[in-house]
Amino acid sequence: MELLCPAGSLKSLKAAIDNGADAVYIGFSDQTNARNFAGLNFSDQQLHAAVEYVHSHHKRLHIAINTFAHPEQSKRWQCAVDKAVQLGADVLIVADLSVLAYCAKHYPDMELHASVQVSATNAGAIAFLKSQFNVTRVVLPRVLSIHQIRQLARSCDVELEVFAYGSLCIMAEGRCYLSSYLTGESPNTAGVCSGAKFVDYQTQQHQQQTVLESRLNGVLIDRFAEDENAGYPTLCKGRFSVDNDLYHVLEEPTSLNSMELLPELYSLGIKAIKIEGRQRSPSYVRDISKTWRMAIDNCISQPNEFVVNDTMQQCLTSYSEGSQTTLGAYHKKWK
Amino acid sequence: MKYALGPILYYWPKAKVEAFYEQAADSSADIIYLGETVCAKRRELKLKDWLHIAHQLKKAGKEVCLSTMALLENHSDLFMLRRYCDNLGFTVEANDLAAVEHLSKHQVPFVTGAAINCYNAETVAFLHNLGMKRWVMPVELSKDWLKAIRSSELVKSLPLEIEVFSYGHLPLAYSSRCFTARSLNRSKDDCQLCCIDYPTGRQVTTQDQQQIFVVNGVQTQSGQKYNLINEQSTMQGLVDVVRLSPESEQTLIMIDRFRANEDGHYPMTLDNTKECNGYWHQIAGMQSK
Repeated sequence: MELLCPAGSLKSLKAAIDNGADAVYIGFSDQTNARNFAGLNFSDQQLHAAVEYVHSHHKRLHIAINTFAHPEQSKRWQCAVDKAVQLGADVLIVADLSVLAYCAKHYPDMELHASVQVSATNAGAIAFLKSQFNVTRVVLPRVLSIHQIRQLARSCDVELEVFAYGSLCIMAEGRCYLSSYLTGESPNTAGVCSGAKFVDYQTQQHQQQTVLESRLNGVLIDRFAEDENAGYPTLCKGRFSVDNDLYHVLEEPTSLNSMELLPELYSLGIKAIKIEGRQRSPSYVRDISKTWRMAIDNCISQPNEFVVNDTMQQCLTSYSEGSQTTLGAYHKKWK
Repeated sequence: MKYALGPILYYWPKAKVEAFYEQAADSSADIIYLGETVCAKRRELKLKDWLHIAHQLKKAGKEVCLSTMALLENHSDLFMLRRYCDNLGFTVEANDLAAVEHLSKHQVPFVTGAAINCYNAETVAFLHNLGMKRWVMPVELSKDWLKAIRSSELVKSLPLEIEVFSYGHLPLAYSSRCFTARSLNRSKDDCQLCCIDYPTGRQVTTQDQQQIFVVNGVQTQSGQKYNLINEQSTMQGLVDVVRLSPESEQTLIMIDRFRANEDGHYPMTLDNTKECNGYWHQIAGMQSK
């Protein structure tokens, strides 16, 4: 079971490798990357340094080309594939069917993983990806319960990778247009969800109280009292009303943490544990990588004795959205 | 232009569904999509009931297409999918790659639904090669995006129909969580099939009373109704089939309004607080132009 850690910068990449990652995933500074944020990602020079660093430590580098090619611009996505191969990436993580086809045709020996954005949630879709593109690993969307993952692990002959920790996407990835509905930009079309340039915070008077309003492209996502922590206005974590009942209609601000399921994931033969967060800081990558390394090592050496100790729990909670974590869809009751 | 009635996205009682399709048989729809696409727990109608309706509509001269589930999570979902796909005689709308896998393996032509990620000419050509005869564009894409695909060398000579979701609340996202059950403080396992109490889903509003979403079980829809009735003159030569998504019996009348305004001669005034057309104009979906 490998630990796959995120890196949005060379500093984060080094932090991941130095703290126990078996592999690191990165992306380019362009539209082909679902974390195409300002100030993030690598210059060409840094890309070469990244490959050098990872390989000199005998670890593996995955490059994510995980958005959907725009019409008349497919060359850009194909060039990203060419560039990743030339750089010496060990694995390509790809979302678009036509880009997967391009990889399979031009680089049949390259290890190809189906991105979570492909939204492959079942054995039929996985069989399709294997037969059409010789995909050897599928990253599972965060919609499956542990029972459903068990079913898949038993019936599929490709490697499975699961998200273990980080921001919680509550919709089937690759099939969510909430962000473009509000802002015009979605993960599929622009590599961004609830984009920062649409965010606005304003202090207002509401019912004789001072409140902080968070808006996304002018749409009110939440109102916070003075003693509340104001979260980022990710649209699926807003407080809205259904029939005058005000609550987090879709999901609370919370992060995914599946550490307590490690022994089970290990016994199912899950090939990789993925940490979300290429947009996070090097200290996040350092601490989270270190904690998960320790957990995986403990789990492999004594799976029956595995416990999430206080130090691990504190670390995971401290980096979580709203200081809350959830098992998400892995636990049936979440649904 | 052909007009299609999409599958009913909500959970209606069996008698209401049957009555709806009796009226639909007399409507001016050319194509009718049938079946449950949102949640496997919605079983008011069994496959044999859908097939019965399908045969009746076919007799009434409609082209019938069986729509399949968008989010398939386990073996029983897959088993059900295969049963739908193996009903030769009706075209199937694939809404997941598992359906594409099954249909292409059996060399059965299919419709690619809007829930499959197809964003460029290369992917259209790839799916066509596997047997796609009609492509329903993802709902978030625009006229300009479609133009670029349609005019590409790869696509322009393909014998392929292009369909655009043009009326109704837009299906925007799928989750394994049931938001309707959550709105009643129930888990999905204990949902008590509550969606049947909400024939047009449940409205979600912001704290300043803006309609933002509609929750429909595991599906999240747009808060506003998408309406491209006044955009049809820009669809000429670009779109072959206009889809209307059933909201109520009124949708059947709306097909006539769309038909009447095919060339733009009988436009309709849209209610900007309840209707939108942003995606077609490549702006935020909720906006109107």
